Amino acid sequence: MSTESHGFNLREWIFTTDHKRIGVLYLIGSIAAFSVAGIQALMIRIEQSSLGPTLVHDVATGGNQYNVWLYFHGAAMILGFLIPGLTGFAANYFLPLMIGAKDVAFPRVNAFSVWLFYAGIVMALLTFVVGDPPDVMWTGYPPYSVLTSGNTAFYVFTVHLLGFASILGAVNFLVTVIYMRAPGMGWNQLNMFVWSTVTAFVIQLVFVPVLASAVTMLLFDKYLGTHFFDPANGGDVLLYQNLFWFYSHPAVYVILLPALGILYEVVATSAKNMIFNYKAAVYGGMWGIVLISGEVWIHHLYIAGMPNWIRIGMMVSTLLISVPVGLLTISLFGTLFRGAITYTIQMKYAAACLFLFLIGGLTGIPLAMTVMTTHLSETSFVHAHFHYIMGIFSTFAVFAAVYYWFPKMTGKLAGEKLGNLGFWFNFIGVNVTFMPLFIIGVQGMPRRYWNYEMFPQFEPFHKVALLGAILVAIGMGMTILNWVISAISGEKSPANPWKSASLEWTDCANPPGPGNFTKDVVIKPEWTPYNYV
Amino acid sequence: MKGRLVALSIPGIVTPGVLWAAESAKKVVDPVENWNHLWNEVLIDLFIMGTVFSVLAIHWLIKYKATSPDQVGRGPKLTRAQSWAWAMVPAFIFMADDFFLAAKGWTVWNIYRNVPDNAYEIKVTGNMWYWQFEYPNGVTTTYSYDTKEGDGLMVPVGTPVVLRMTSNDVIHSFGLPAYRVKEDVMPGRVTYIWFNPLEEKQTWVTCVEFCGVLHSQMYAPVKAVPRAKFDEWLQKKKSTT
Ligand code: HEM
Ligand SMILES: [Cu+2]
Ligand SMILES: [Cu+2]
Repeated sequence: MSTESHGFNLREWIFTTDHKRIGVLYLIGSIAAFSVAGIQALMIRIEQSSLGPTLVHDVATGGNQYNVWLYFHGAAMILGFLIPGLTGFAANYFLPLMIGAKDVAFPRVNAFSVWLFYAGIVMALLTFVVGDPPDVMWTGYPPYSVLTSGNTAFYVFTVHLLGFASILGAVNFLVTVIYMRAPGMGWNQLNMFVWSTVTAFVIQLVFVPVLASAVTMLLFDKYLGTHFFDPANGGDVLLYQNLFWFYSHPAVYVILLPALGILYEVVATSAKNMIFNYKAAVYGGMWGIVLISGEVWIHHLYIAGMPNWIRIGMMVSTLLISVPVGLLTISLFGTLFRGAITYTIQMKYAAACLFLFLIGGLTGIPLAMTVMTTHLSETSFVHAHFHYIMGIFSTFAVFAAVYYWFPKMTGKLAGEKLGNLGFWFNFIGVNVTFMPLFIIGVQGMPRRYWNYEMFPQFEPFHKVALLGAILVAIGMGMTILNWVISAISGEKSPANPWKSASLEWTDCANPPGPGNFTKDVVIKPEWTPYNYV
Repeated sequence: MKGRLVALSIPGIVTPGVLWAAESAKKVVDPVENWNHLWNEVLIDLFIMGTVFSVLAIHWLIKYKATSPDQVGRGPKLTRAQSWAWAMVPAFIFMADDFFLAAKGWTVWNIYRNVPDNAYEIKVTGNMWYWQFEYPNGVTTTYSYDTKEGDGLMVPVGTPVVLRMTSNDVIHSFGLPAYRVKEDVMPGRVTYIWFNPLEEKQTWVTCVEFCGVLHSQMYAPVKAVPRAKFDEWLQKKKSTT
């Protein structure tokens, strides 16, 4: 089956085992999830923009509507957009190109995972069709998720499908990187993005099974009458939360690491510079994160009545995350030092990410301190924290990736005008949305509250946040429109438009044909993907 | 040699931090004041780190803008020793800051977890979707978001109050922003928090763990009133029930 067919052939796309097409399928699916979840976000902001019911029917039943929007927004953004966008789309398309491989190790398994992913998206979308949609938030805590009349099963099956897709992807990519690197390519010659994907997939492989078992127990408790989480019958109320966060804290790195990897590629290429202290960033930073990621989950249970020793112990381990994250920060910022920076759209997104990363990372520090969370936990301060670091930072990284590799995927240049305009709407919009949430969070605005009549002083802040959300909606619309227009009728791109030294640009066509490389790639000892001098 | 230096520097960094933290925590015992104080210190810490990194980034983003399309970067190629230094020195600076914050946080945390001996005990029960408060003499109160009726939680000014909390159904969480304190309320377990109502005022408790359709209606007033007024109210409550 040829990937260089002329014209569009649906059959070829459905049965494809080509990693590049699978990558594009992941991109389309995740942008679709992102768009629907984005509409939910806008509805949430509209609802909160006034004290009483705005979109919801009335006070007594409003929660039924609002909680479903929140559930879908969170679950779809994390499981349906960020994880598949970073480890599905970006890793699929570019990782094999970066290591000089013709495809992944198990192309059919890869095709199977992308369709599992689509099944997961469909499962999530059923939220809007079924009579009693799930209303358990992306965290799904029992006993509520067991007692609710909402169909928690849809939540569980969404997690199963997307988790299974991800485990298959993890095995596939780890084997690919270990066995299919071009002859001569040593470990210290890998792209930062390759390392970030490897470390993210190691985390997925270790921790996803724990999440899968936690939600499966939920299913058993709700539908088969077991009592894993029911204290009245010998179960443990906190068991689920422990298992959930044992996975879900590491999961934030499954998002953070590839996002950082993309930024390294964009920054190094745009500044035509080598990575500052590569080895410290890879072995200290990325692997350091892998090492610590499983020892900090109690910071999500600081106010759950756990014993003192573990709340204090995991405060220390959580604070120590700053060491590997600090090494990565120094290396990423240092890559600008004595560079020769060209401000393409992707570089603008990357520069914005440096700022978002600082805000999101630094606000994690008070949240790491047990006693600070006695006030900050479950407020919009937490909400703003993880939107900066995860919601916005990683989304901007995905956008930077699409712009950076747009010519690679389509052979065309993305439009600059609409692209830049969209960027400024997005960047200003996200800050206008989330800065006010920090402020009212510190003053006690609870999370997941559509009705805050006890705190009327927060209303103006929510109005500002809505204004920001509208700017973001416009910016996102422009951005996605720009991609569609440019993919159809963009200007033809030169072979290596950013003059990158990385393999996917120097040795592949735009887009690469079947087998990716026209000549066999052999790597010389002095080669690196960042060698510009 | 290097290993020994490193080992020696850990207590050198940690000890002053612990001492300073222990010293500054002795002065005041009010949790709110301690929380606010620590918050300000953390903000300064974050501000310094944020400023260093953002000034550097902005400076470099402007200074190293390419002047011609063919220009390439000339980033420094680190020697082995320099690479190690650029890893170990920042690692120790970050670790020092971590231990410093941990020590300070732990000190204030101990204030939060050690209930004063003279604390007045009230039992709290979470229900879908209202709070119930039980006083030592058996009086119970509640509050309805719908009718806006009920006493909510009444506490005496000047006496530390400890809440022993549990839930009848799902997990709720007792969030009291004015007193900088919150803790989950769970079926089958009893958790506690304490706070110090120092002046007469009315604030709100909100449920802060998602618990279903009326989660954001699960709030109640928390009124701190003078001791005499409180005792009188409690007596009257007892006699009318
Ligand atoms: C760097 C990438 C990071 C990501 C993607 C991330 C993501 C998140 C998310 C999703 C939550 C909310 C969980 C929930 O309650 O639903 C959260 C909360 C939290 N984050 Fe982060 N975070 C990051 C960095 C950090 C750092 C560097 C720290 C600490 C040094 C940190 C500390 C915390 C803590 C302690 C909470 C729990 C707050 C609470 O609920 O009381 N985070 N983070
Ligand atoms: Cu976490
Ligand atoms: Cu609640």
